[in-house]
Amino acid sequence: MRWAFGSRARRSRREGIGAWLAAGSVALSLLALLALLALLTIRGLGHFWPAPIALVMLEDGRQLAGEHVREVPLPEGEGRERLYRTGNRDLEGSRWQWVPVSSITAVSHPPDLVVLERRRWGEAIGRLTSLQRETGERVEGEPAWAALNARLAELASLRQARDALREEIILPQVRPLEEGDEAPRLEAANARLRELQAAMQGGHLILEAVDGRRLEVPLEQARRARRPNGMSSLEKLVAWGNGVWRFLSEGPRAANTAGGVWPAIFGTVLMVMLMSILVTPFGVLAAIYLNEVAHQGRLTRLVRISVRNLAGVPSIVYGVFGLGVFVYGIGGTLDEWFFDATLPSPTFGTGGLLWASLTLALLTLPVVIVATEEGLARIPDQQREGALALGATRLEMLTRVVLPMATPAMLTGMILAVARAAGEVAPLMLVGVAKLAPQVPLDGDFPFLHLERKFMHLGYHIFDAALHGGDVEAAMPLVYATALLLVLVILVLNLTAIFLRHHLSMRHGALAR
Amino acid sequence: MPIAQQPRPPSKSAALIDFSPEASSLAIRDLSLAYGETQALRHLTLRIPRHRVTAFIGPSGCGKSTLLRALNRLHDLNDAVVRQGEVWLEGEEIHGRGVAVAELRRRVGMVFQAPNPFPMSIYDNVAFGLRLQGGLSKRKRDDTVEWALRAAALWDEVKERLRASAWSLSGGQQQRLVIARTLAVGPEVLLLDEPASALDPISTLKIEELIRNLKSQLTLVLVTHNMQQAARVSDYTAFLQDGELVEYGPTDTLFTNPRLRRTENYITGRMT
Repeated sequence: MRWAFGSRARRSRREGIGAWLAAGSVALSLLALLALLALLTIRGLGHFWPAPIALVMLEDGRQLAGEHVREVPLPEGEGRERLYRTGNRDLEGSRWQWVPVSSITAVSHPPDLVVLERRRWGEAIGRLTSLQRETGERVEGEPAWAALNARLAELASLRQARDALREEIILPQVRPLEEGDEAPRLEAANARLRELQAAMQGGHLILEAVDGRRLEVPLEQARRARRPNGMSSLEKLVAWGNGVWRFLSEGPRAANTAGGVWPAIFGTVLMVMLMSILVTPFGVLAAIYLNEVAHQGRLTRLVRISVRNLAGVPSIVYGVFGLGVFVYGIGGTLDEWFFDATLPSPTFGTGGLLWASLTLALLTLPVVIVATEEGLARIPDQQREGALALGATRLEMLTRVVLPMATPAMLTGMILAVARAAGEVAPLMLVGVAKLAPQVPLDGDFPFLHLERKFMHLGYHIFDAALHGGDVEAAMPLVYATALLLVLVILVLNLTAIFLRHHLSMRHGALAR
Repeated sequence: MPIAQQPRPPSKSAALIDFSPEASSLAIRDLSLAYGETQALRHLTLRIPRHRVTAFIGPSGCGKSTLLRALNRLHDLNDAVVRQGEVWLEGEEIHGRGVAVAELRRRVGMVFQAPNPFPMSIYDNVAFGLRLQGGLSKRKRDDTVEWALRAAALWDEVKERLRASAWSLSGGQQQRLVIARTLAVGPEVLLLDEPASALDPISTLKIEELIRNLKSQLTLVLVTHNMQQAARVSDYTAFLQDGELVEYGPTDTLFTNPRLRRTENYITGRMT
């Protein structure tokens, strides 16, 4: 009795440890995921928050103004060092300055420091001393700030009008120009464009850096200006929202270390959609054949095992296959047959959207096959026999009973395929992703969807900005932001598919889930 | 050659009865069937009377379900099944060259052990077979669905919710729905494979009553492991053991006065 009691206690203790272990690993995994998301969110989204500009006095009497980026310890205990983003690359030769903490005597945040974003040389930081309007009128001191903001708003709307007009003029010129009736319209548009461009010229502003040097900036070079130290939280929030919106809606600038990622978002989503359209029918048909049609013998088992193993092949191998077969093989042949006028410059014989989608479709094919097959196997044979017993042929049984019930499983396969394909970068580098392809592969130009074009991809954009950009310090926040965006894009794609599946399983009853 | 004129092979079974070819709906002649190496049916020969209920009884694994499934060629799906012998439906060999298997299965309907309604509405379940055949106006189809549901004694319970999912019905209702679904395509023979084994007693009674009522319209073949059920609903009973037909006769006689010791042992529960 006593022995039995002791044993029970030991056993329950062991059970307790098991439960703790299991709960601990769940907690650890969750924590790791949360940490990942938190890092991406804070580093990525924090970048767009207007940071305060510090005015730093140094021992030797020098001054500098900039955004505090981070502080690191110096080797061998020689104190710490701070990195400031000081801008003014045209004055200093660099946008960044390292300062030993020990040499700093005072730090303040005067509200009149201006951060000016320019088309060339990046940011300028200093005090606005005067502004000369395009009309030649001069404004000094505080009124200059208001005048600058007014002019910047004006310039933004002018720029918008110009870009719209340019599209109208340039696009027809890319196509073989039809003579005649187009010409007068073009002439008028060109005149209007020249007018707009003239209206944007003129005027300049003087920005005095904290060390007293002066920067003369032509007004048409200025993009945006703000005084972060003087901004209220609400103003900062608006600036943050604008920054995020520009990141999402604009194309990249400065060798992918600045600007937005719109072409990359578009390329990623379009490529994944094309991939889904390509992979789902093939995968589903293959699964139907394997599970419903083929004789369940040794050969079928071998094929099934092979398919499952294909899911484990490293993705770069698929990239090599895509390059050899799709790009050089099929693409090269297509070029010889249909595009020999443009040879030797390739049309389809180089990486492009179609080949990338096909390669990823191949990569995710096993996922779709396995998921669909599992769904088919879950359908009870009684359902099949029930249909046959009512006089259905095998095809009718498949299309009217089995496939509707397996639809959620097919969508599960598609979800898994999307999740895998959207994050895949390695094979894309071989079959069509580009560092910079500002033209998205879908536009108003016949045939609208340009399958042969190279495209941008969020995953590759991260890789490129992090490692290949000139200015790593500038690119890092964008890398975090892009990574966060990639996670969100995959999440949205998955949620869409899950919503679709839920909708369908509602229609087909509980078992089909 | 009509079955009646063919010489009958010598049989070990004790047939208490034989039907004339005119009175029988199905005629099974020297039917053997094997799953790979396993012999499931051995040289069965019997006739099943038209517009009567015939029950197959016997211990588990005796081949009674296998025999039932041989009557509408459901074994065709299984590559491992090897069949010898013949099954005649109204004077036509069902394995013959000219027989369309889908048409055969329409004529010989089947209800399975577990209710297997499709994941669709009640209406769509009953209309499933009708839609396969096509060529029916919506009005005609509605009428047939109602007729089939009435024939399966389900109409009053579901007429208000024909668009509801069939899976929302109770087990007994589902089984009657499956019977209605089968009746809707107008079969001549209805095969029932332990149709009440998954149901509660009240649902079972309803199914049994339904079986008794349906025999005025079609031939029913019932497989059951429940001897009371066989005694309650069937007109004729065949006792199978180890894939052989042991005894076949009118239900009353077989249960009260079996001719063979093996039958007696089984029905009195001395052997399972």
